[in-house]
Amino acid sequence: MAEMDTSGGGGHKKGPGVKKAKKLSTRVDLTPMVDLGFLLITFFIFTTTMSQPTAMKLFLPKDTDKPDEQNKLKESAALTVMPGKQNKVYYYEGLDPTKIQTSNFKAIRDVILDKKRRTDAKDFMVILKPTQDATYKNTVDLLDEMTIDGIKRYALVDITLDEYKIVTLTEQANGIK
Amino acid sequence: MPRAKIPRKSTSIDMTAMCDVAFLLLSFFILATKFKPPEALTVVTPSSVSSKIAKDVDVVLVTMDKDGKIYLSVSDKNTPEKKEIIEAVNTAKNLGLTDAEKNNFIKNPAYFIGVPFSQLKSYLDKPQEQLKGLNLPGIPTKDSTDNELIDWVRAAVGAFQGSKMNLLVKGDNEAKYPSFQGVIIAFKKNDQMKFQMITSPVTAPAGSELWKAQQASGSKSVE
Repeated sequence: MAEMDTSGGGGHKKGPGVKKAKKLSTRVDLTPMVDLGFLLITFFIFTTTMSQPTAMKLFLPKDTDKPDEQNKLKESAALTVMPGKQNKVYYYEGLDPTKIQTSNFKAIRDVILDKKRRTDAKDFMVILKPTQDATYKNTVDLLDEMTIDGIKRYALVDITLDEYKIVTLTEQANGIK
Repeated sequence: MPRAKIPRKSTSIDMTAMCDVAFLLLSFFILATKFKPPEALTVVTPSSVSSKIAKDVDVVLVTMDKDGKIYLSVSDKNTPEKKEIIEAVNTAKNLGLTDAEKNNFIKNPAYFIGVPFSQLKSYLDKPQEQLKGLNLPGIPTKDSTDNELIDWVRAAVGAFQGSKMNLLVKGDNEAKYPSFQGVIIAFKKNDQMKFQMITSPVTAPAGSELWKAQQASGSKSVE
């Protein structure tokens, strides 16, 4: 490819008095060029942003005081999930916050799926109530978890004072500061 | 017995092919690269399985940094909307902004909103060189009686009337939930029930329901 035929048109002999011109090789050492090429490649690989940020949609429920506009929720079909301090998740089934249980972000999927299996699909609802100590990442992770687990009905709701108290007490009992 | 002669081979290899490959890759990366725009705020977004690409036109972006401070910016191309927003806020809050101060916000993306109304005039008055490294207090949202983001979102909704507005939230992993709650309240008060959160993409974990659904349909799109 980079070589050229330097033997000179058919190789006919010149006369005896004619001095032979020195044949210079046209082969170039390409190693530095390859080095340079790869250096630039690494530079572009590191500076490039290949993955564009994606967007996750969230629909908020409308606040309403009228009871007939509110969604009815069966007690047995509800699962309340509350992310707390230090990436811990607290959850309880039904409407009684005293039945609180501790979990973490890895184990919560099984909890949700287990509850989903036991409940009627059209009634099942997950209520997300992030505490004041939860981070934004915790919240997004849980919303993402809903998509991953195929939960159709879920809502992001403000935590009540009672629930927050129970979460704090559980945290204290477990020694989480 | 004479030993068999091993012919000496040259150790130099023809680099031409390698050179070709290197430059082919190089040209690909040069063409495919898109430089990261310099950002005044560093925000590490959480990841999600959503694969919808975030919009970059007609955007009203609410940024939340790791301390939970709230900032507001509008995409650069929407200058008429920006003008309306700043005019609306100026009249509603009686800030007495001069045209030069308004133009700073309208024309220069470096002037994003990250101060309470009381400091807005002096902030927009600053020359651009002073903006870098400035520690902005953020838009107050935490107190429900003093949520200034409500007014900003109202102004934005008014400005984007008739056209589609993309409400985006870009939050840092470590931001605490109450800041996000303040943003949600501001959206709700203005009947903006639909918004999007900017995340970095990850694939759905193997074996999960979403993963099965994606395998079945053969596509990766998640709304």
